Amino acid sequence: MSLSGTSSSAELPPPVPARRWSRTRLAGALLLGLWALFGIGIVLFLVRAWNPDLFWRYAPNYLSGLWITVKLVVISIVVGALLSVPVALGRRSKHKAIATLAYAYVYFFRGTPLLAQTFLVYYGLGSFRPELQAVGLWGFFREAWYCAIFAFSLNTSAYQAEILRGAFESVGRGQWEAAAALGLSRWQTVYKIILPQAALVALRPYGNEVILMLKASAIVAIITVYDLMGETRRAYSRTFDFQTYIWAALIYLGIVEALRMTIDRIERRLTRHLRR
Amino acid sequence: MDGILTLLSFGPQGWGDQIAAGVVVTVSLALATLPLGLAMGFLVALGKRSDDALMRLAANIYTTIFRGLPELLTLFLVFYGAQIAVQQLMRFAGAESGIEINAFVAGMVALGVVFSSYASEVFLSAFRAIPDGQYEGAYAIGLSRWRTMRLVILPQLVRLALPGLSNLWLILLKDTALVSVIGLSDILRQAGIAARVTKEAFLFFGVACLLYLVLAMLSSIVFAAIERRVSAGGVMR
Repeated sequence: MSLSGTSSSAELPPPVPARRWSRTRLAGALLLGLWALFGIGIVLFLVRAWNPDLFWRYAPNYLSGLWITVKLVVISIVVGALLSVPVALGRRSKHKAIATLAYAYVYFFRGTPLLAQTFLVYYGLGSFRPELQAVGLWGFFREAWYCAIFAFSLNTSAYQAEILRGAFESVGRGQWEAAAALGLSRWQTVYKIILPQAALVALRPYGNEVILMLKASAIVAIITVYDLMGETRRAYSRTFDFQTYIWAALIYLGIVEALRMTIDRIERRLTRHLRR
Repeated sequence: MDGILTLLSFGPQGWGDQIAAGVVVTVSLALATLPLGLAMGFLVALGKRSDDALMRLAANIYTTIFRGLPELLTLFLVFYGAQIAVQQLMRFAGAESGIEINAFVAGMVALGVVFSSYASEVFLSAFRAIPDGQYEGAYAIGLSRWRTMRLVILPQLVRLALPGLSNLWLILLKDTALVSVIGLSDILRQAGIAARVTKEAFLFFGVACLLYLVLAMLSSIVFAAIERRVSAGGVMR
């Protein structure tokens, strides 16, 4: 053992074994090999199970299911975004009653399963059929599709309200004061000073919320909406062919990954002035 | 009002017993999933911060898959996939008995892998918050890698990861509702049965929602207590 060369290694984190095929390396290669086997297994399974009749019979269904899923997510996110503004404002309200109400709203929708909320709307509101018929809303709540949009919008509005509130609160008070000192109106301050800064903070949580909604949207299949998951279930119940689920998994994975990469790219673009 | 109380009462007229049984199933499923998810999440986090690129890639594939799939789909993949796998194995072995996959175990595995892929991110960021000096100090006084992890890093890691993990626990508690779809008699399924029989859907699904809220509140109290206890010993950074 010589002492030379130890001075530079003193700053290094934990000692790294210099062996080329360390145990970690071996385990990593092994695990990666398992994943590769798994991937090859799935490809082989799909190739062996390939059945043109089945594919052409169900591919249009999958496409229409995918379209329903996309529509459901987009509508819910947009309606939820609109609803989230008053909720977020309510959370920050000085009136105790309004603040408590908004908090209860957020707590309820974030504290209970979306599936239970969907059931509560779809099956539960049926208990009030005479009343709903009296006000002419029964036509709306009779349809599983509208019930799903209703439940999903309320649910995501609670989450989005918290994102909105967090983003606005992340902008320091000094920004408001400086804008006021410059003589900007309240609206100008919000629009030109606060919003651009809050948007940067909110972007990632918003993106995650879209991804979570997309994944959660699969549960509408249970209340007989034929989204991507619903079509998959239908195809499986008719064919008992497991590849139906594999296809759905691949589609969902593809969309989620594409969304994640898009969000990453947008974030990198918007924060390019912050990078050193 | 009296009718509602009767419906919710315990005993032959009410649905109290059934729903209470559902609460037990929900809680035990979540509690059974937790150690599985924590252990796997910790291992995956170790893989992600490994100095070996292959290991990191293998761990990242795991999280990409299980964070990208809808939880419901993961559940179906595990439930039906395992059933098919068992059937194939049995046919291979020459046996001709239909083995049913336990819905509880399928739910545990599916929720466990989802939980672990999110937990690995929580552990990873907790790991990053622990300075290298902690490792160096431990090695300097002659602790082995394993003892460094157990005696020096883990106690700090728990404190750092606790807020994220408590969040994941609440998500897990809500995700257990999905197993009602594969036939496990949890809160939601029992409420659904009661709703169908009594035609009081709003009442029973409302009760189900309230029960989930109560479970969430109880969890918050427990987590606050754990946090107090864990943070009592150390210095805050």
